[in-house]
Amino acid sequence: MEIIVCAKQVPDTTEAELKISEDKKSVKIANLPLDINEWDNYALEEAILIKEKFSGFVRVITIGSSNADTMLRMCLAKGADEAVRIDTVEQLDGYLTSLLLAQAIKEQNYKFDLILTGVQSSDYAQAQVGGMLAELLNVPHATIVTKIELEGKSAKVERELEGGTKELLIINLPAVFTVQSGINEPRYASMLGIKRASAKEIKLLRLGELKPKVVIENLFIPPKLKKAEILTGGLDEATAKLSSIIKEKGLLR
Amino acid sequence: MSEILVLAEHRAGKLRDISLELVAKASELATQLNAKVTALILGWNNIDSFAKSLSENVDEVLVVKDKYFDNFNSELCQSILTKLILERKPILTLIGHTSVGIELAPNLAIQASLPLVTDCIELKFEDSKLKAVRQLYGGKISASVAVEGERFIATVRSGVTKFEPLSKAGKITVLKLDGKEIDYKKFISYIEPVITGVDITKSDVIVAVGRGIKDKENLQLVEKLASCLGGALAGSRPVIDKQWLGSDRQVGSSGKTVKPKLYFAIGISGAFQHVMGMKDSETIVAINKDPNAPIFDIAHYGIVGDLFKVVPVLTQKINELKSAV
Ligand SMILES: Cc1cc2nc3c(=O)[nH]c(=O)nc-3n(C[C@H](O)[C@H](O)[C@H](O)COP(=O)(O)OP(=O)(O)OC[C@H]3O[C@@H](n4cnc5c(N)ncnc54)[C@H](O)[C@@H]3O)c2cc1C
Repeated sequence: MEIIVCAKQVPDTTEAELKISEDKKSVKIANLPLDINEWDNYALEEAILIKEKFSGFVRVITIGSSNADTMLRMCLAKGADEAVRIDTVEQLDGYLTSLLLAQAIKEQNYKFDLILTGVQSSDYAQAQVGGMLAELLNVPHATIVTKIELEGKSAKVERELEGGTKELLIINLPAVFTVQSGINEPRYASMLGIKRASAKEIKLLRLGELKPKVVIENLFIPPKLKKAEILTGGLDEATAKLSSIIKEKGLLR
Repeated sequence: MSEILVLAEHRAGKLRDISLELVAKASELATQLNAKVTALILGWNNIDSFAKSLSENVDEVLVVKDKYFDNFNSELCQSILTKLILERKPILTLIGHTSVGIELAPNLAIQASLPLVTDCIELKFEDSKLKAVRQLYGGKISASVAVEGERFIATVRSGVTKFEPLSKAGKITVLKLDGKEIDYKKFISYIEPVITGVDITKSDVIVAVGRGIKDKENLQLVEKLASCLGGALAGSRPVIDKQWLGSDRQVGSSGKTVKPKLYFAIGISGAFQHVMGMKDSETIVAINKDPNAPIFDIAHYGIVGDLFKVVPVLTQKINELKSAV
């Protein structure tokens, strides 16, 4: 099994107050911890699980600056065989991202039975790259995938619909799947793995200039429509207020 | 006359809400552009009634009636849409940002060589460009984006557009399908969720917990709060993914939609996929240590603080009040 995993490094913003830069085109993320995009981490784990079961080769490709090498090393430490970075500092739209990935795969003549990536990235959440990449490479695809079972030259996959329902599909390989959270439990890298990965080379690719189709004009903090009444006065007072509100609403039983 | 093309969706014998939401968005933009609105519906069972309800709200309904479309089939749908886009040259093709749209729109954009903007919460034409508002970083930042091109594809988030019925009498055109069956990707069946415990949709009080709970052992904290309120325990997706709670306890777009009298969101950031499942609850209380968490935008009451400190004190206060009754 030759597997390509497309992964992106993203800032962890769950508990951060985000600031917008002066030109209103980007978010200041310099002080935030960077990590592999949550959904891509599931894709990586699934690739490694498949490799462990059927043997094979896992190649991780990212697009980004040298900062992303830390993420690539982590992928190597967990069990990926090769890491490739397409060097850029530009903010790309989904179209350019998939175009660069497709170009790299074609120009480097990377063979694949499977390409796995996350459903979306937690920063820009466009959910475009997997589908576009499949079309550019002219192979079948499935998105929001929660289960992959390989059977010879095809795969049985479950993809998620709304409301808890899933659909079962059979797809011929090679194919592109975008992986949904919960499909597996991503592992941590072992110390030995980390040590080994630190000595591995990261392959650097440079590709031509491209123009995005979706251009950010300005970023803004979303308007507060119905801001919650924040209960203040310290732990004791706030919880006392809240319990009496619950009581007044007749919800104490 | 220019045209806006809408892809209508249906599932389990019903026209999905997103179809009419897209029609509403298209009608609004069409007035601005002096364009006609056309809806495409692919299906088999009930398709005539879907086409009729759509025709009351658009100028034309294109119908593809084939058994193959009783369930969604992205490949065939893509080839039909590409053909229509190349022939009719609609200025805009609107698709829902649903599991259907996510599967279909990116491939369609490449095949039809059109720019795509996804998960829009607002859309308008300005200076002959398509402009959209999207959310970044889990809803903490909004972005106004401009799409370069002359014709466009956009996916629109469910639940952001309000549908108002129009009383049009759109013409219904039946299209002949000349595509052939594809063999590289096949729908086999639907898989329905397994019911393992309490039906959270029937509970008046729901205590929902998110990734902020950090560990399975910590769940007992929220369990205590839930039991003193006589409520059901539920969770956001990361908690269900880790199998700390059964999958029938997930609230959100890919989980359950709930409308209790009281909904607690504890250590939940308020990503739109979660919010879609609980926003209509009567009273929403959020406990989160991040004062900027988007959940505070839809909650009625909030406590900014560490849940490990807040929840035990709150549980104790509620118990005191109960014993005083
Ligand atoms: C196709 C698709 C479908 C999806 N469907 C669903 C769905 O049905 N339901 C769903 O929930 N999600 C769904 N998601 C995932 C969704 O996008 C979010 O990733 C998810 O809702 C985040 O869950 P969370 O809020 O628990 O975690 P996070 O976003 O990580 O937020 C954790 C929160 O906890 C707070 N916190 C941390 N520690 C503490 C503490 N000690 N005290 C107080 N607060 C603390 C943080 O400030 C943060 O706000 C879906 C995603 C996709 C792509």
